[in-house]
Amino acid sequence: VHDARLFIELGGVVFGLGVLGRLASSIGLSPIPLYLLAGLAFGRGGLVPLVTAGSFIEKGASIGVVLLLLVLGLEYSSTELVTNLRAHAWSGGVDLVVNAAPGAVAGWLLGWGPVATMALAGITAVSSSGIISKVITDQGRLGNRETPTVLSILVLEDLAMAVFLPVLTGLLAQKTFANTVISVSLALGALAIVLAASLRFGPTISRWIFSPNDEVLLLRVLGLSLLVAGVAEELQVSAAVGAFLVGIALSGKVADSARIVLTPLRDLFAAVFFVFFGLQTAPASLAGVLVPAIALGGVGVFTKGLTGWLAARRVGIAMPGRIRAGTSLIARGEFSIVIAGLTLSAGVQPRLASLAAAYVIVLAIVGPIAARLSDPIGRSVARARRRAAPTLR
Amino acid sequence: VDIEETALPGVGVKHEFTSAAGKRVGVLSHRSGRRDIAVYDDEDPDACIEVLVMTPEEAEALAELLGAPKIVERIANLRAQVEGLVSEGLVVRSESVVVGHSISERLPRSQTGASIVAVIRGSEMVVSPGPDFKIVVADTVVAVGTREGVQRVARLVAGR
Repeated sequence: VHDARLFIELGGVVFGLGVLGRLASSIGLSPIPLYLLAGLAFGRGGLVPLVTAGSFIEKGASIGVVLLLLVLGLEYSSTELVTNLRAHAWSGGVDLVVNAAPGAVAGWLLGWGPVATMALAGITAVSSSGIISKVITDQGRLGNRETPTVLSILVLEDLAMAVFLPVLTGLLAQKTFANTVISVSLALGALAIVLAASLRFGPTISRWIFSPNDEVLLLRVLGLSLLVAGVAEELQVSAAVGAFLVGIALSGKVADSARIVLTPLRDLFAAVFFVFFGLQTAPASLAGVLVPAIALGGVGVFTKGLTGWLAARRVGIAMPGRIRAGTSLIARGEFSIVIAGLTLSAGVQPRLASLAAAYVIVLAIVGPIAARLSDPIGRSVARARRRAAPTLR
Repeated sequence: VDIEETALPGVGVKHEFTSAAGKRVGVLSHRSGRRDIAVYDDEDPDACIEVLVMTPEEAEALAELLGAPKIVERIANLRAQVEGLVSEGLVVRSESVVVGHSISERLPRSQTGASIVAVIRGSEMVVSPGPDFKIVVADTVVAVGTREGVQRVARLVAGR
């Protein structure tokens, strides 16, 4: 009888997400904001509170974070990360500074503590690689000349997350200063070791894990990632970063095959993660953070736009391409929620999660729309420029 | 042709060049084997005006179509470079003694004095066919060798 209730609740949630996902794709939006809204509807003070499925969704959400970061890590090889870091350090640095600043200032203005302020800076800084790469693919912009720049910025953000998450986890644990320093240096050391090891032994590790059998491969890669994630969590490095490092270390054939078998699993558990985050946010609390969320969103559109513009200009991209690069970067999503999720379980600033939810809902909707509008905007600006300076042509 | 290579993190690699006619062309090689051919916009040189998405099989077929005449062209160049070396594409007639037989059986280099470097069958090109490659009617056999050697091959595939 207990299972009957669980299945009905879980089935209802997952089926509902399927309906929302279809709706989102038919209007060309990311499903993330809709999943968050669904979570709000099912959560405390929501429309249909869940009773039994809650604990499953909670565990599923943790697995969702591990899978999100694992599949992301599988997309990149360590060689790619290192070459990118060298080639695009300037753009990546500008991106992080310009986009973390609004969050930091807002945290300070709201009178939040240093840890919550740092989390908010991370939330505003990091774009959603999932949403952005989907928009770029859907718009047929993979071949565009500004696209390598946009993708490189995303790669560097992901790498920065691998440093940021352990630091935040350490600070959230609210231990002594010495303990925090130890866990942070442990995390950075692990990151450096994994990068160095996978640069040297990547093919060997990959050969050891590889199996032509999809089932065996799925079990091996998933098992290894959960093991490493667990150890990382135990060491206060954050499970997400452990999984990301496993993804980075695997490369070549094993990474390609693992990505294919893990993606459906990632989609399911990531959706559960977004719902769980929404579940923990009381819908009524959104009203109180609406004004700062929209203000931050407005600033976030501008700062990401500026980042993309500058980065594209640096590599000699013309004006319409700079507008495309800038608008592409606006969308925030999974990582902002991952950061907010960490603070939620540590219970630092209760309004932070609501603010993050509202912020992501706004920018996950505005981002893809702006990216789509950038083509007509770029064309009309180019036309206006030509009219203004007819002798140039 | 001056080809520029750009890495696309998480996707693959992109190669670009400007054609003699002034068009910018890009080939995007996805890790999955998918290939996109992009033609850039004249007005906005950073954007694609057309993108052709191809499955690995389609890309391979296209590469063969683009590559086949190139090989024949190269052989022609080779002939010009090395004096005394003759190469010719010879169509196999139905009355030929080689029909239904392998290259080693009826056209061995040791006897003819010319090598079979390629066989063109329909739109397909088999480069360096093995000794047991079976020849059928209407194949074009590309023979390279001395003038006498190529003439011997020509007689055999014509049926005489």
